[in-house]
This record gives sequence, structure tokens and C-alpha cells, in this order.
Amino acid sequence: MIAIVDYGVGNLFSLTCSLRAVGAEAAVTGDPAVLEKADKIILPGVGAFGDAAALLRRNGLDKTVTRLAGQGKPLLGICLGMQLLFDYSTEYGHHEGLGLIPGSIQPIRPVVPAGYKVPHIGWNALHFPRPHPLFRYLTEGDCVYFVHSFYGTDCAAHTIATAEYGPELTAAVAKDNVWGVQFHPEKSGKVGLNILRAFCEEVGVC
Amino acid sequence: MIAKRIIPCLDVKNGRVVKGVNFQGLSDVSSPVELARYYSDCGADELVFYDITASAEGRALFTDILTETAATVFIPLTVGGGINTVEDFDRVLKCGADKVSVNSGAIRDPSLIRQAAERYGDQCVVLSVDAKRVDGTFHVFAKGGREDTGMDAIQWIRAGVQNGAGEIVLNSIDTDGVKGGFDLEMLQAVCEVVDVPVIASGGAGRAEHFVTLFETLPKVDAGLAASIFHFGEVSIPELKRTLASRGIPMRLV
Repeated sequence: MIAIVDYGVGNLFSLTCSLRAVGAEAAVTGDPAVLEKADKIILPGVGAFGDAAALLRRNGLDKTVTRLAGQGKPLLGICLGMQLLFDYSTEYGHHEGLGLIPGSIQPIRPVVPAGYKVPHIGWNALHFPRPHPLFRYLTEGDCVYFVHSFYGTDCAAHTIATAEYGPELTAAVAKDNVWGVQFHPEKSGKVGLNILRAFCEEVGVC
Repeated sequence: MIAKRIIPCLDVKNGRVVKGVNFQGLSDVSSPVELARYYSDCGADELVFYDITASAEGRALFTDILTETAATVFIPLTVGGGINTVEDFDRVLKCGADKVSVNSGAIRDPSLIRQAAERYGDQCVVLSVDAKRVDGTFHVFAKGGREDTGMDAIQWIRAGVQNGAGEIVLNSIDTDGVKGGFDLEMLQAVCEVVDVPVIASGGAGRAEHFVTLFETLPKVDAGLAASIFHFGEVSIPELKRTLASRGIPMRLV
């Protein structure tokens, strides 16, 4: 069973349905006992980093997720959920993340050329600096759906996908059993479903 | 580089797609769910569901089909029609919409844009505008394009973006239904004053009109159409291949 962490941010309907569409059993839960029993965990999220991090802490779920990830349970962060895996974010202040992926979350605006719209929203092509099991059903240049104004930096060693938006922006990261995608696989058509399928199929630590 | 988007729009009344649809291979051509799935498989980058129902029963049917669609179609869904309050945003977002389009509701209560943007984020709020030339300027029309509000469309759109609209759908009444191409002049005037995505609507009759749109106005992000897709006059896979062959960034499936 795949547990989707419910800590009061965002709508988890599409994500739940997309996991079921690839044949996975998905449970939306804020219960540490269910997370404990789950084979894998997905950390979703939309909105502002500070608010989401505070909600995760208020429920004590930050400790549960960090502990289970430390024990080797596969964890996939999606969108803001990926950003929460990092050390910290500078979105409206300084906010600590879970520290599972070394690096920080910074605004896109200063690094993209004038005339590029922020948020970075829409379908963009993925580039893979190194192969990773999460993308084993994809080919270079496959498009996925992004909506974000901040991005992961200082994480080159763990970057497994980028998307060109002026510079190459971090699109996905992985460190051992902790994986994260900046885009929305649950809104990325067949390509997105193939990413979720790969996550569901992956056994244990890679 | 962000791909340009091709967006079919489905008008839904009492839970069914209105305006006939002419497709081989669809068992129920007026089922919004089936049509949405078909378009998603064809490579549509996003879908717009426009609820033209007037009754409360029809509204309930609409949210039911929205839920069913979102459960099986995994591309962004924008919902418009009958969005007058923040509660309306809430109603359709809970059923799986990703973005919500406001038109008359924002004309009646311009603060709706800001209220919704503050609660759900700018990226969720789409300002849809029906505009038409009147005495050499562009006016905003209400009630499905039947009533001249007297408001200047360019100023209205600029104010909407300042209030938090994250995307603009510009429907030119002058070119709508004519199938002679998009209203490039009106679109350009809008692109000059906003820095959010602009979706062109009204006037597409064949693939070449989309090529002209994206080549002439690189700031336009998407082309929206309804009947030419529904009647198979323009096939989305062919259209996207044509655009890609002309160097327009496209998501090919």
C-alpha cells in the first residue's frame, strides 16, 4: 500500500486516482501508524513552503516521515512535497525543510531571462543528466506539467532530471530511497502515469 | 522550453456536451467524460469544461461528471461557467478542477478575482474575457457576448492581472465562429500589457491559423477551440505535428 501524506495542504483527489489508474493501492492518511505500515510514502503539497512545513510539524508528521525515510522506506515528494525534502527554503523568509536532500529552495525569477513568465507553468521537456529507475519508462524530451515559482538549488549531485527555462531548472532529485519531482505526474498524462508506475514497482532501496 | 498548448473546450449542459460532436469510435458522443478521455489520448494539453447549465440540478450533474473526468483523465482541467463566488471555486476545485475561469462573475464583482487568488493562488484563477471592437477600441461584453459593458477590455484585463488573475482567455467576438483565423490585433494588444499566459480563443478554422497565431505572437501560450475539434475539421495529433514541424514547441504524445 502507498500512503499519501495528508497534512491539510492541497487536493489529493487526482493523485489518489492516478495511483489507482496504475494499479496501486493508495491511502490518503495523516495517521503515523498507517505511514508505518505503508510500503511507500508520497509527500504531496501545494501552496507556500512555510505554511506547509508548519502544518507538517504541527501534526508531528515531519518526524515520522524523516524517521521512516531514514529506515529505507521509499519516499516520493511531489511539487511542494519535493521542496520540503530539501534543507531549507527562502520563500517569504527562511524555513527549514526535512533535510533529506542537500540543497535549498530559491525563487525562479532572478535566474530566468526577462520576458520568461513566473510561475513556470505548463508542459516542459525533461532532460536526464543520469539514468534513474523513476524514469525508466521515459525518453529524453518527454513533457510533464509544471506549476512553480521556486526551485531546488545546490543539489547537482542528486539531480536526476532538469527542464530548460532559460537555465536548466531542477525537475527531479534522488538520494538513495528519497525521490522528488517538481512537476505534477498526476497531471502529466501517460508520461506522468509511467513515472508513478515506476515508483510503485520499485522495490526497496535502489 | 514551455510547449505551446492546444486546448479543446467542451460546453456542458445538464451533464451532457452540447453542440453536436462527430466522432467515429465514441459510443456516446455527448458524454463529457468519454470526450475528455478521447481528447486526452489525442494529445490535448488541457481541457476546458464550460458549464452552461442554469438549474441547480444541472449544476449537480456537472460536478458529478467533473469528478468522474478528473478520476480518469490526468491532464489539467479548467472549469468555467457559473462561477460567481469563492464558494463556486471551492465547489469545482474539490471535484478535481485545477484552474477556474471567471467571466461574468468577475464583471459583477471584480473583487472575486482577488479573493480567489488569495485563497487558491494566482495560478488557479483564469480571467476569461469576451471582447469586441466598438468605435475603434475593444469593449468587454457580458452575458455570453450579448451585452456591451462599456468597459475597455485592455484596462479590464490589466486590472484583472493586477488583482491576481494568473492566466487570460481572450475570446474575440469579432472573429468567433468566422473560422478566418484568430484575432491577432486584439491578442497583441493584450499581450503588450500582461505578463501572464494568454490563451487565444475565437476564429480558428484550420491548422494554419494556429501556425500563424504562434509565429506572429510568440507571447501567446495556447490556442483554444471547440467545434473545429469536435467536428474533426482539425485533428489535434495532426495539428500538433504541423506546429512542431514549423518549429513551434509542442508536446507530442
